[in-house]
Amino acid sequence: MGKQYETVIGLEVHVELATKTKIFCGCSTAFGGAPNTHTCPVCTGMPGTLPVLNKQVLEYAVSVGLAANCEITRYSKFDRKNYFYPDNPQNYQISQLYLPICQNGYVEIETEDGVKRIGIHEIHMEEDAGKLIHDEWEDCTLVDYNRSGVPLIEIVSEPDMRNAQEVIAYLEKLRLLIQYLGASDCKLQEGSMRADVNLSVREAGTERLGTRTEMKNLNSFRAITRAIEGERERQIELLESGEEVVQETRRWDDTKGCSYAMRSKEDAQDYRYFPDPDLPPVRIEEAWLEKLRAALPEFRTEKIERYRREYDIPDYDIEILTGSKRLADLFEETVSLCREPKKVSNWLMGETMRLLKEKGMEPEELAFSPAHLAALIEMTDKKEINGTVAKEVFEVMFETDTDPRRYVEEKGLKTVNDTAALQKILEKVIADNPQSVEDYRNGKQKALGFLVGQTMKAMQGKADPALVNQMLREML
Amino acid sequence: MKIMEMTALELGKAVREKEIAAKEALEAVFRVIEKKEERLNCYVTLDREGAFERARKLQERLSQGMEAGPLAGVPVAVKDNLCTKGMRTTCSSRMLENFVPCYTAEAVRRLEEAGALIVGKTNMDEFAMGSTTETSAFGATRNPWQEEHVPGGSSGGSAAAVAAGARFLGSDTGGSIRQPASFCGVVGMKPTYGTVSRYGLIAYGSSLDQIGPLGRNVADCAALLELISTWDKKDSTSIDRKDTDFTSALTEGIRGMRIGLPKDYFTEGLAPQVKRSVLAAAELLKERGAEIEEFDLRLVEYAIPAYYTIASAEASSNLERFDGVKYGLRAEDANGLHDMYKKTRSRGFGEEVKRRIMLGSFVLSSGYYDAYYLKALKVKALIKRAFDEAFAKYDVILGPVAPTSAPRLGESLCDPLKMYLGDIYTISANLAGLPGISVPCGLDEEGLPIGMQLLGNCFEEKKLIRTAYAYEKARGAFAVCGEVG
Repeated sequence: MGKQYETVIGLEVHVELATKTKIFCGCSTAFGGAPNTHTCPVCTGMPGTLPVLNKQVLEYAVSVGLAANCEITRYSKFDRKNYFYPDNPQNYQISQLYLPICQNGYVEIETEDGVKRIGIHEIHMEEDAGKLIHDEWEDCTLVDYNRSGVPLIEIVSEPDMRNAQEVIAYLEKLRLLIQYLGASDCKLQEGSMRADVNLSVREAGTERLGTRTEMKNLNSFRAITRAIEGERERQIELLESGEEVVQETRRWDDTKGCSYAMRSKEDAQDYRYFPDPDLPPVRIEEAWLEKLRAALPEFRTEKIERYRREYDIPDYDIEILTGSKRLADLFEETVSLCREPKKVSNWLMGETMRLLKEKGMEPEELAFSPAHLAALIEMTDKKEINGTVAKEVFEVMFETDTDPRRYVEEKGLKTVNDTAALQKILEKVIADNPQSVEDYRNGKQKALGFLVGQTMKAMQGKADPALVNQMLREML
Repeated sequence: MKIMEMTALELGKAVREKEIAAKEALEAVFRVIEKKEERLNCYVTLDREGAFERARKLQERLSQGMEAGPLAGVPVAVKDNLCTKGMRTTCSSRMLENFVPCYTAEAVRRLEEAGALIVGKTNMDEFAMGSTTETSAFGATRNPWQEEHVPGGSSGGSAAAVAAGARFLGSDTGGSIRQPASFCGVVGMKPTYGTVSRYGLIAYGSSLDQIGPLGRNVADCAALLELISTWDKKDSTSIDRKDTDFTSALTEGIRGMRIGLPKDYFTEGLAPQVKRSVLAAAELLKERGAEIEEFDLRLVEYAIPAYYTIASAEASSNLERFDGVKYGLRAEDANGLHDMYKKTRSRGFGEEVKRRIMLGSFVLSSGYYDAYYLKALKVKALIKRAFDEAFAKYDVILGPVAPTSAPRLGESLCDPLKMYLGDIYTISANLAGLPGISVPCGLDEEGLPIGMQLLGNCFEEKKLIRTAYAYEKARGAFAVCGEVG
C-alpha cells in the first residue's frame, strides 16, 4: 500500500521591468539590437565606472510590492553577489540580500477549495547578465552585453503552493498584477518573466518539510506543469526506494520531458554577499510612497465589480476581458468612444479571440486602436457596411491597424442603399430563378434565403441583407 | 619670478595674461623630469607630445582672445589609477599594462577644463595597495631626498614628482596621499568622503577611496581641491556641497582655534624625532594664538584591523572584473575558461594584491562574514563616534602622519604586517570619512622630511586649510631637495 505524499512548492520569479533604460546606466533596454550596441563603460564593467540607480526601477519594484500587499522597506540596500562568469562583466551582480525593497506580502488565488493566500517572502531589485553565444564554427564563445544591466525584480514566494494548478494560478495572478501596473509585459517565452520552482515532497500529515530541489529553464506554463509533475514523481520514487532526495539545482528539458542535475548544494558557490559601497542606501519617504499608492491602477477584482455595475455584459465576458490589461483597456477606451459596451465586447470576445487563437498571439500583442474599432462599430450601426464586410475589414485592422473608413472607401465596400438599383437586381434574380420563386410561394422559407444569397452575390456583398430580405418579400 | 617658484594659480594667471607661454611652463617641467626621472621613476607614462600639443591649442585659444580656466597652462600629473581617455592607465599593474580607457575620470576632466596640461601618469603601489610604491609592477619610485629610501605610498610617484623640484601638482587617492606627502616633504590633502567624484578612479576600497591634491604648499592644494570638488551624477556617493571655495580659507587668523592632541597618537612606536617635530609644530601654532590641549581619542588600536578588513573585502570584489575577458591582460595559453581566469590573475596581479584579495575573500566568506566584515563595520561606526566626540571639543586634531620618516627601500615588503602598522595615524580619517592634510614640519637626522597631520570634522576642510596655511607661514620656507629648475 503506497503512502500519500504532499507536494510543497515555492517559486522564485524573475521579472524584467519595462524601463526604457538600464538599472544602473543610461543604455537602452530595447530587445534585439546588434550585439554590444546597447552598452557603455558602466554596463560592460570597465574599471573606474560606477552604478547610478534608475529611479523608475525603484518605482516599479515598490508598486509591485504595494500591489502584492508587501511591507515596503524604508531603508533598503544593494548588495554584491560575487561569482565569476563571463556574462557578468564585473564578476559580481548587484542585487539585494540583506534589506530587500519589499517583504512579507501575499496574493490571493482561486482554487477548487476557494480563495487561497500565497505568501510573498520578499521582492528585490537586481541587474540582469549579458548573453553568451557559442560559435561552433570558430569553437569560441562570444559575449553580448546588451542585456547586462537590464533591470529585474525577483519575487520570492513562501512554500505555500501544493500542486501545479496553484502554481499556474499564482503566476497568472502575478502576471496580471504586473501587467496592470505596466511594470513589465511578463512574457515567459521571451524571458521577460522567468520562474524557478522549488519543490519538495513529504508524507501527508507531517510537519517537517522534505529536501527540496530547484528547477530552472521553465519557459511556458505547460513546461512548468510538466516539470512539477515530473519532479514530484521523481522525488516520490526516490523516497519509496529508500533513497534520499539531494538538495540540488536541476535543469528542465522540455523536449525530453525530464530534468537533470546542474549542481548540488555541496558545490554551491559562496557568493560572499556584502553591501555595495558604490550605492548609498535607499531611504523611502512616506510622501513618496503615498504618491505611488495613489497612482496604483484599478486591479482586476475592482475592475470586475465596476464592469458589473457599469456595463450590461455577461459575467463570462467580464472574466475574459479583465483577464488581460490590454483587452480591458481596449474595451474601456472603445466604449468611451462609441458607448456600445455589448457590441464592443462582442467584437473582442468573438472575432478578436478567434484571430488571436488562429495566429497564436497573446492579447498583450493586440495592435488595433480603440478609435478604429469604434468607427467600425459605428459604420455597421449606420448600415454603411454589412456584417460580412465588417468582419473582412476587422481582419485587416487586426493585422495593420488600418483606418476602417479609409479602407472601405478605397476598396469600395460600402453597402448600396440605392433602392432603385437594388430593385433592378432583384427583378433579374426573380426572373432568373423561377423554381425558387415557385418554392417560396408554396411556403418553403428556405427558398427565400437562396434568393437573398443570389442577390448579395450579384451586389458583390455590398447590400444590406435585411433590406434585401424586406424588398424581396414585398416583391414576391 | 621663476616658473617653478610660482604657485599653480600664479602660473595660471601669468599664462592667461600671456606673460608666460603655456609651452614655456611645460618646458620648465620637462627639464626637471629629464634630469631626474631616470633615477627616481616617478612616472609610469609620460605624454610629452600630447602635452605640448594641448599647450599649442591652449595658446591658440588664448591668442584668439578666448577665456581660459584658472589653471591655464599649469602642468599637472595624475596618479595612474585615474582614467585618462586615450592615455594608458595601468594602476601600476601588469594586469592593465596596455589598458587605454575610452573615458576620463571626472576629477581629471575638471582639471583639464580648468586649463591644466596633463603631462603624464605617476607611479603608485599596484592598485594602490601598499605604503611604499614598491609594489608597483613597473619598479619602485625613489625618495628624492634620499634615493635609498622609499617615497611612501601608495601615491609615492606623485609625491616624489612634486618633491623633485617639479612644481606641479598630483591629483590623488585615498589614505595614501598624506603619508607619501609626509615622506617627501610636500603637502597632501584628503577631503571629506564624497567631495570629489570617484567616477573614473579605479577602485581599491570604494567606501574609503577619495581623490585629493598633492602640492608644494597649502595654497596649491586648496586651489586644486577647489577645482576638482564637485557633485557628479555619475557617482552616487558624491555630495552636493556649496562650500567648496577652499581658497577663501587661505588666511592666517587662527586665534582661538581649538586644537586637540590625541595622547594615543604620541605613545611608544612613534619615533622620537617625529614626536619632537610634531610637538614643536603644536608649540608654533600655540604661539600664533591657537589653544592646544591633549585628550584621549580612544579606539586607535582597532583602526588597523578594521581598515584592512573593510578595504580588502571591497578590493577582493572590485578586482574581480580583471579576468582576461574584456580588457587588460589575458593568458593566451590557457585551456578553458577557468584556466584562463587562474593564469590571467596569477600573472596579472602582484604579491600584495593577491594577499589582499585572499584576505578580503576570506572575511566575506560564509561563516566568517559576521565575525570579521560586520564587526569591522561596527568598529568603523564606533571610530566615527569617537571623532564626533572629539570634534565637539576641538576644531582640529593635530598629530603625526606616520610613526617614522621614510624607510629604506626593501625594508617594508618583507614584513607586511609592520607596513600595515605604519598606517595607524592616517587610516582613521578614511574610516570616518574625515578630511586630513599633511604638512612638512621638519627633517630628521638623516635629512628625511617629517610631516604633521591635521584632521578636521566632515566638511570642515576650511579649518584645516586655515590652520595649515597659518603654520606654513609661521614655519617659513621649507627646505627644498635638489635644485629648482
